[in-house]
Amino acid sequence: MNVLGIETSCDETGIALYDNDKGVLAEALYSQIATHAEYGGVVPELASRDHIRKLSPLITQVLKDSGCTPVDIDGVAYTQGPGLVGALLTGAALARSLAWSWDVPALGVHHMEGHLLVPMLEDPAPEFPFISLLVSGGHTQLIQVDGLGKYQILGESVDDAAGEAFDKTAKLLGLDYPGGPALSALARQGNPERFTFPRPMTKRPGLDFSFSGLKTFALTTWQQHQDDNDREQLKADIAKAFEIAVVETLLFKCKRALKQTGLKRLVIAGGVSANQGLRDGLTRLQNELGIEVFSPRPARCTDNGIMIAYAGCLRLQRGESNDLNFQVRPRWSLENIN
Amino acid sequence: MKTLHRHIEDSEQMLALGQQLAQRANQGLLIYLYGDLGTGKTTFSRGFIQARGHQGKVKSPTYTLVEQYELSPAVYHFDLYRLADPEELDYLGLADYLTPPVIWLVEWPEQGGDFLPQPDLSLHISHQGTARDVRLQAQSDKGQKLLTELANAPST
Repeated sequence: MNVLGIETSCDETGIALYDNDKGVLAEALYSQIATHAEYGGVVPELASRDHIRKLSPLITQVLKDSGCTPVDIDGVAYTQGPGLVGALLTGAALARSLAWSWDVPALGVHHMEGHLLVPMLEDPAPEFPFISLLVSGGHTQLIQVDGLGKYQILGESVDDAAGEAFDKTAKLLGLDYPGGPALSALARQGNPERFTFPRPMTKRPGLDFSFSGLKTFALTTWQQHQDDNDREQLKADIAKAFEIAVVETLLFKCKRALKQTGLKRLVIAGGVSANQGLRDGLTRLQNELGIEVFSPRPARCTDNGIMIAYAGCLRLQRGESNDLNFQVRPRWSLENIN
Repeated sequence: MKTLHRHIEDSEQMLALGQQLAQRANQGLLIYLYGDLGTGKTTFSRGFIQARGHQGKVKSPTYTLVEQYELSPAVYHFDLYRLADPEELDYLGLADYLTPPVIWLVEWPEQGGDFLPQPDLSLHISHQGTARDVRLQAQSDKGQKLLTELANAPST
């Protein structure tokens, strides 16, 4: 089955063709963030999240790259939610219309299900069941994945997502927003012994996270050392202490989730999974607990069309499809997926 | 009463201020929250939203721009931090969120410019060492009435 996937939940326009026999046939991605990063990391503009302008050329490109024509397509999957309502509607309306004109089924897919399942396309792929840590600018969640559509949120951030805490702390230290990666780079020059930041919510039971207080802790530390002669070193030392606190907290909760569930496979995805401190920590965890750690390639950690095509294909193969109506779900919990 | 100052020592007191305003918002209320990163705008909002009856988490809306709470009246918690241009508010379909009675809590309203309606109340939060100074400013009759009530209420 050959499925066209359309992802338009936020900043990225992602298109892909996935065939359950042949794998990923072609993909195309337009990212407003990447374009702006070349010009110094300007805040992505919603106004230019113009999926309408990008969708048609990207679909044409994917068809061309794959050597397919519309008659080769057996289904169309699109992101139904969660996300920005206008962005979702654009993709959904086009997907539904294309499927109608090509006389194939259409199916709305949950964005986070795409993120959870896309590691299955890697080699080696994790087998069900596994624990997934989704950690990005918008999400910090620990999820138990038992199979297609069988997801249980074990814990999540009660306030700021980890990536958001990185970006905002970077901003407090005078770096450009979003400055998470710059903060990590700065942390490499930092002295890990100088400051110790709290590890939020590790002293009480449960698997929830809270990162908002770390941001304020960083700010207070910064203000208390305003008389420092070496401001750059101060910044780096704060960045280091902050990064260690976030990474240690994430690892602590992963470990607790694995112990609590007795599972032996951990998947890590989302933009923050590129953080070197986190990667090193996961290697330690792997050795310490005798578990397997999986991570999709970086391009599939962030939003993309492949994950939608893949999740859509699995569900279309089960016989699921939408009727001629379509609706988007800007707020949609993963646990209300079926 | 047009302005009122509150000295806030810690996050518990910020939550309590949110609760006090929430108790007086049954008829709907538009509140704009001004203040730098880490001053406690989201903490205030958490106190407010949970006092309106929301049982769960109050996540930062920075990424999603708006979080909706199906309470009575409905509460919309906005964070316009990531807006680069006020015109982008059009993409959010703001008019859909304005059917009264409704409660708005808006963080970083300065990013929304003239595209936002006039609030009832604005809170200006600033650092005072590790404490915070909150200046509450009424911007409508409803806001003035609320501040008068708040000033006369027994302090907590």
